[in-house]
Amino acid sequence: MQAATFLAYLAAAALFVLGIRRLRRPETARSGNTLAAFGMVIAFLATLFVIQFQGLLLIGAATLLGAVVGAVSAQRVQMTAMPQMVAAYNGVGGGAAALIALSEFYHLQIQGDESIVAAITVPLTVLIGSVSFAGSVVAFLKLQEIAFTGSVVFPLQQVVNVILFVGILVLGANAALDAAILPFLPPVASVTAVLVASLVLGVLLVIPIGGADMPIVISLLNAFTGLAAAASGFVLENYILIIGGTIVGASGTILTRLMSSALGRPLRKIIFAGIAASGGGKGEDQEERPVNDASAETVGEYLKDEAEKIVIVPGYGLAVAQAQTAMRDLVDALEAEGKEVLFGIHPVAGRMPGHMNVLLTEAGVPYEKLYDLEDINPEFDDTDAAIIVGANDVVNPAADDPEQDTPISGMPILEVEKAERIIFIKRSLSPGFAGVDNPLFYDTDKTMMLFSDAKQGLQEVVEAVKNG
Amino acid sequence: MQELLAQLAIFVIAAFLGYELISRVPNLLHTPLMSATNAIHGVILVGGMITLATDGGAVIKAVGFVAVFFGALNVVGGFWVTNRMLGMFGPPVKRVKKRREG
Repeated sequence: MQAATFLAYLAAAALFVLGIRRLRRPETARSGNTLAAFGMVIAFLATLFVIQFQGLLLIGAATLLGAVVGAVSAQRVQMTAMPQMVAAYNGVGGGAAALIALSEFYHLQIQGDESIVAAITVPLTVLIGSVSFAGSVVAFLKLQEIAFTGSVVFPLQQVVNVILFVGILVLGANAALDAAILPFLPPVASVTAVLVASLVLGVLLVIPIGGADMPIVISLLNAFTGLAAAASGFVLENYILIIGGTIVGASGTILTRLMSSALGRPLRKIIFAGIAASGGGKGEDQEERPVNDASAETVGEYLKDEAEKIVIVPGYGLAVAQAQTAMRDLVDALEAEGKEVLFGIHPVAGRMPGHMNVLLTEAGVPYEKLYDLEDINPEFDDTDAAIIVGANDVVNPAADDPEQDTPISGMPILEVEKAERIIFIKRSLSPGFAGVDNPLFYDTDKTMMLFSDAKQGLQEVVEAVKNG
Repeated sequence: MQELLAQLAIFVIAAFLGYELISRVPNLLHTPLMSATNAIHGVILVGGMITLATDGGAVIKAVGFVAVFFGALNVVGGFWVTNRMLGMFGPPVKRVKKRREG
């Protein structure tokens, strides 16, 4: 490689690292993203010199097409649909890595070039890339609620996965050893079979995982795609692919761990979620306990006449019902009555960590009204009403109870039970994704349950506050 | 062989670098970070370009074309959506000070 292009790649890598560094703080995050993008432009231009402008027309056309589709989709996507958009971008990256490795293998075979490095890294790239692609597609379909919603399980799922994985290893080894294991299957066909089997594996790995754990899965698949890109760097002997891919692979893995611990969901539990989810009986042994079933009018009246300081806790249900604008209307109506309204945002509220902040600021809720967990918890002491919209787990005191061993045990919660009154706007009494019943539901003196879709419920409360 | 050893060394160092880079990140930034690193692995675009530039039959060209398309989609979509996300965060608030005054 020319010294100049090597140095350009080095500059690109440095910009990636600087970009990620700046992304660690809210103040500098945006400039960090821009820096990393700039690094990508350098990598692109340097590569044009590496390939000596061969196939420029096709490369230009494909790049332009991808860039236009990427820009338009990124600009148009609703912020509520953003997690699946990230999944989609991640998936195509993984797919690209698999295709590149397959194509390079085919090319080497034609040339009769038997590189041992390629023989090992090609099947590996195809495996990881294809799993990431198929897994991301499933994550996209789940979040978009097109298919595979909830946890899809079938008997012997783990056994099938293991058999499939062993099969992929055999096929990969067969490709690497020039069809020594399966003489009837030539190397290129072997790698193609690895690709197909890995796609199936990717689907099977992700379908049992419920929608609420999808952000963590997407983050994990993000790390996978990074690794696939790095592995393809070994195939193509390209430094920027190795560096960029590896950094994402490693940082993505750590990020996944950070996210799962913020959620109180150990990675192991999520990945093997299928088994647990199918065995756990949510409905069993549930006695009818009385709840304080309140109407929107009652809630509106209480808020208007008796509450001064109100804290709103938005959750997953708010995002699903796309109720952020109705939420904003409620804030306006309450403030018109002279109330103090704050938001308590749990670290994992919404569909991804930090997602709720994005949704609410997009709906026009001022940024300074959004309080983090540590900042809002002291506020509950003198709060008159805590309104919980489409959330449960993040306020469930069971997480704090050392007596109970629940899937959410240890997760920090918003201490709404310290508020004077608690109002849940929720579709039903069903526990959240963690499947843990919330004792607050049954505290009839303190809690009002408004059973409704988040959007409709909020709209009715707004009306009640305005007209009541 | 020399080349391969250099690549392995870079791989190991980059892995540690990625590991160290993400530490004590506020929860707020998990999503943008995921989205931005997602865009960075779009560097696979480079691989697609190399494939597409290779002399080969129609199959290699077609596969390379799709790979470049995917890679560019990953890069542009990834950085663009991250930028939109971060644009909504607005200026930071110094919460602690405000509390103490009040």
